[in-house]
Amino acid sequence: MIVIVGIVFALFILAMIVWMLLSHRLREKYAILWLVIGIAMLVLTVFPDLLTVLAQTLGVQLPANLLFIGALALLVGVTLHQSWELSTAEDETRRVAEEVAILRAEVEALQRAAEQGEA
Amino acid sequence: MAEDSHRVLVIVPAWNEEANVANTIREILTADSRYDVVVVDDGSTDATAAAARDAGATVLVLPFNLGVGGAMKTGYTYAQRHGYSQAIQVDADGQHNPANIAEVLRGLDRADISIGARFADVGDYSVRGPRRWAMLFLAGVVSRVAKTRLTDVTSGFRAANRRAIDQYVKYYPAEYLGDTIDSLVAAAHAGLSVTQVPVAMRPRAHGNPSQGPIGSSIYLFRSVFALGLALMRGRRKAAS
Repeated sequence: MIVIVGIVFALFILAMIVWMLLSHRLREKYAILWLVIGIAMLVLTVFPDLLTVLAQTLGVQLPANLLFIGALALLVGVTLHQSWELSTAEDETRRVAEEVAILRAEVEALQRAAEQGEA
Repeated sequence: MAEDSHRVLVIVPAWNEEANVANTIREILTADSRYDVVVVDDGSTDATAAAARDAGATVLVLPFNLGVGGAMKTGYTYAQRHGYSQAIQVDADGQHNPANIAEVLRGLDRADISIGARFADVGDYSVRGPRRWAMLFLAGVVSRVAKTRLTDVTSGFRAANRRAIDQYVKYYPAEYLGDTIDSLVAAAHAGLSVTQVPVAMRPRAHGNPSQGPIGSSIYLFRSVFALGLALMRGRRKAAS
């Protein structure tokens, strides 16, 4: 039963990612990590023994711990990537604001010059 | 704002091309007096904008780098607002011969989008390895979608009529590779017709855009990914 719930959940996450990609709600550069997470979830729910085998070969005592480490690593990856992109986006908005401020000053200067020309 | 609709807007996306851009603009302007040149300076850190202005182009300076897709969308939006009935993209690095612009524009007589294609048996343009496979694969798939034989769908040398300009303004992806393939697939799905005109490409005048085998493999992977998404989007739209 729990296996089916896991598979349904993993499929739901994957479908969500693909839908967001198709409807332009998620850009490709963010999708890769999420797809990796979704596919890893699906594989592990379909083949739960894989986790035990992996834990044994890597020398991890509890298979669940391997799962937590993997999940943590991927989520830290996602958040770091988002912080990176957010910083870039903040920098870009700042530069757009600078640009707008300078343009406004220049337009006002032009307007003044035009009014003086008319008068 | 509307300008003479018989004029053609030549959109030149340029990123750090101060060595090449002035020459390209002069060549375009001497090729035909109907051409207006707008250079989209895509966040260059060198003197691209000044060089382009001195050469007689209108320059749209983007405050930071948006990628070719972002630069082209800016250019097409400019074309739409100024009422141009035809617009054509010409790269700043001199690879697209301005003498061919007229031929590519003539393709618009029979289609909405006309692509100046490199592999159409003219010239000696050649690429090898994964990058070539990617280009062949992409060409095959996009040809099916556009229902016409296309050999070079990643070519940036492409002309658009007013319908295509409107479509591009509505949707022109900024993603890597989206600017060429995704925009083309989206346009085809929107019912626009595509044709190609064989042209020879020239080597870059200055500089060298080298790409190793790893870069080419990533290119292949990303292009397949981008194309897959573009195709799925089309089918969804058709279904709804």
